[in-house]
Amino acid sequence: MKIAVLRRLAVAAGIAALLSSTVVAEEPVRGGTLITTLPQTPRHLNPAVQSGIVTGAPGAQLFAAPLRYDEDWTPQPYLAESWAWSDDGLSMTLNLVQGATFHDGEPITSEDVAFSVETIKANHPFKTMFGVVEAVETPDDHTAVLKLSQPHPALLLAMSSQLMPIIPKHIYGDGQDPKSHPRNGQDVVGSGPFKFVEFTADQQVILERNDDFFIEGRPYLDRIVYRIIKDASARAIGMENGELHMTTFENTVRNIKRMSENDDLVATDEGYAAIGPINWLAFNTGSDGPLADKRVRQAIAYAIDKNFILNAIMLGLSQESKTGIHPGSPLYYPDVNGYDLDIDKANALLDEAGYEKGADGIRFSLTIDHGNPTTKPQAEFTKASLAKVGIDVTVNSFVDFPTWANKISNHDFDMTWDTVFNWGDPVIGVHRTYDSQNIKEGVIWSNTQQYANERIDELMAAAGQEIDPDKRAALYKEFQEILADDLPVYWTNTLPYHTIYNKKVGNPPLGIWSSSSPYDLVFLKE
Amino acid sequence: MGFLVVLAQRTLYGLLLLLAVLVLNFTMINLAPGDVVDTIAADMGGASAELVAQIRAEYGLDQPVIVQLGNYVWRVFQFDLGQSYFYNRPVTEMIFERLPATLLLVFSAQIFALVVGILLGVFAAQRPNGILSHIVTLFALFGYAAPVFWTGILLLIAFSLKIPLFPVAGMRDVTVEGFFPQALSVAHHLVLPMLTLGSIFIALYSRLCRASMLEVLGSDYVRTAKAKGLSPRDVTMKHALKNALPPVVTLAGLQFSAVISGAVLVETVFSWPGLGQLALTSILARDTPTILGILFFSALVVIVGNLLTDLMLRLIDPRVRGKA
Repeated sequence: MKIAVLRRLAVAAGIAALLSSTVVAEEPVRGGTLITTLPQTPRHLNPAVQSGIVTGAPGAQLFAAPLRYDEDWTPQPYLAESWAWSDDGLSMTLNLVQGATFHDGEPITSEDVAFSVETIKANHPFKTMFGVVEAVETPDDHTAVLKLSQPHPALLLAMSSQLMPIIPKHIYGDGQDPKSHPRNGQDVVGSGPFKFVEFTADQQVILERNDDFFIEGRPYLDRIVYRIIKDASARAIGMENGELHMTTFENTVRNIKRMSENDDLVATDEGYAAIGPINWLAFNTGSDGPLADKRVRQAIAYAIDKNFILNAIMLGLSQESKTGIHPGSPLYYPDVNGYDLDIDKANALLDEAGYEKGADGIRFSLTIDHGNPTTKPQAEFTKASLAKVGIDVTVNSFVDFPTWANKISNHDFDMTWDTVFNWGDPVIGVHRTYDSQNIKEGVIWSNTQQYANERIDELMAAAGQEIDPDKRAALYKEFQEILADDLPVYWTNTLPYHTIYNKKVGNPPLGIWSSSSPYDLVFLKE
Repeated sequence: MGFLVVLAQRTLYGLLLLLAVLVLNFTMINLAPGDVVDTIAADMGGASAELVAQIRAEYGLDQPVIVQLGNYVWRVFQFDLGQSYFYNRPVTEMIFERLPATLLLVFSAQIFALVVGILLGVFAAQRPNGILSHIVTLFALFGYAAPVFWTGILLLIAFSLKIPLFPVAGMRDVTVEGFFPQALSVAHHLVLPMLTLGSIFIALYSRLCRASMLEVLGSDYVRTAKAKGLSPRDVTMKHALKNALPPVVTLAGLQFSAVISGAVLVETVFSWPGLGQLALTSILARDTPTILGILFFSALVVIVGNLLTDLMLRLIDPRVRGKA
């Protein structure tokens, strides 16, 4: 079949087609079961009240969202066939697709959209997404109008599957707490391309084709099986022996390298720009010690060879990230100081800050923690690097996540390696790290650096409300320039997240939301 | 009469031990910094201060530890192990869901290790200084010394990747329908985890069986048996092995707790959906009710296992019966 198609094409296009390597988009095929993975058991499958990628992946198949995104950050119609800002940026009108139904046959109406927004606003951890939505008006069944207290451009990215699933009011609006609703994990009734079949903890999530999906002819697959496999090596072996078709969010570099050498498999880092995971070295700028001085922080950055991290630790599989915005984002501004290795400059800055070397060659001592076991090499490398400029570093060993989180969130640390996600728009995942209003004891991934800068606060407030994309980019440019100089954290690289798929898989999810985007286009060849 | 007294005594000790397990574990978990709210927040990619406080209040984590402990012990005495913080489901339900998988793994590994261990032990005892005996010892010790996860991954690479005989993960093939095909599928998935877990204990049993056999083979009645012209095979199997077994059975009973803890690692490597995996997840998540529930059950299993071993020995070995 495939060969026949190719032959016909070759005849039609002549030798030119054979010489040029033009990619001919393959015709999708109906049917088949996609076997993919989840690295851990989700708490449940309802992304309206639970963030995170393991809920988001099956959640995006079960529930449709107003918009969807491809590789280039342009919103595309999905459950909303069109959408429009009002001129003052204070309301967003969504026109829903006609005839769309939930998996139990009930129609999807604007009431459900309003209910979903209210539920997410009240229960989702990311309060900045819909915090400014004051009301959702429903003039008719297919029109929903979000009324805002201030212009809020982040809304566009927040309206994707990971963050704004449209959930049925007639199921979740029964008065039970949506966070612990029994239908979050069993008998889930959604609006998306696939229907719920089974969810067994530590085993699998099984979904089947929604024959009444609102996009005619889709999805292509009959079934999706998410196998829950926690061990990264076991997932890699499963990919290599063909037991699995696709695995996403892989980040152990040796396994990625091995899989990428297999002729049947393709490994790519495309698809992680919106989730935007960034590794960084965080400084407790609020401590009384030397880290309160930005020259010390800059000196530390100069003393650490970023290329070693990128090439030796990450094996060249992650990208350099010079700021807190993911390099795949259109708002990323790369022309800031990247702190390339410069030991002399580091020494000079430390001298200037008044920390002369003592008789033993040591200026002062610091501790470093690492937020998960995978950043241990970075922590040890930091210790070795800083020894060269006279800073004595003790590496605290990693016990487990709660221990680390408790320590960092109570500001009981000097430096720590960490991984923080952008979650789409900077308003959702970036601002929280630098906002002086967000210095909150006991809350991990708040502004645990205790960094405060009035200008940064102003820029974030302005950018958060700026509808014009160019003006907005300009505000974030200044934001990134100031931060790169103040250096409350030293950003080094993106997490080496990779999607590995068998060549049998057509249209793998390589849009900005990776596995948290609808799989209605994914198909299996043959 | 004496039997019942022993049984009553052991049961009472068992109950006291269970209470101690509860209180100790509860205290230890609470001594560790951080709590489940941190992991729930992490799972969500960050959370606001209000939400964090709200979740703590919902789970009663804002109360003094001693009050939480009192509440917990009181509930357990009413046979209620509570709700999992992390999965929002009754702990007992979650444990019973996974218990069969763990028991299947643990028992098959135990039986596998015992059969292979005893055979190797008997074999090695025939010529204690022969080259084959040394090879057996070396092989057994290797299995004992190698970390479980390493043996597991090695077996996966060998028998799932290079020679694709067995599946990499899970307990059954979801596409298989019907009882017998499913049972077959489970057996197929069980092979590698069972080999991995069993390999640790083969060394123990074979070494002990070898030593025990050597001792018995040197005793007078074996010499008598040989003298009256029995075949070497009958001497070994009928006379020597029967008497060499009690120490091996005792050890196997005592090793039960070790097998269960070994299962934690094996289950993680092979994605075997048992208690071990649940234990690991809940410890990392500080899901106190689930951890305590699992420890409670494991303690129960070990206590019952030891009690049964005790009673078994009294039945098979007349010498033990004499001592109260």
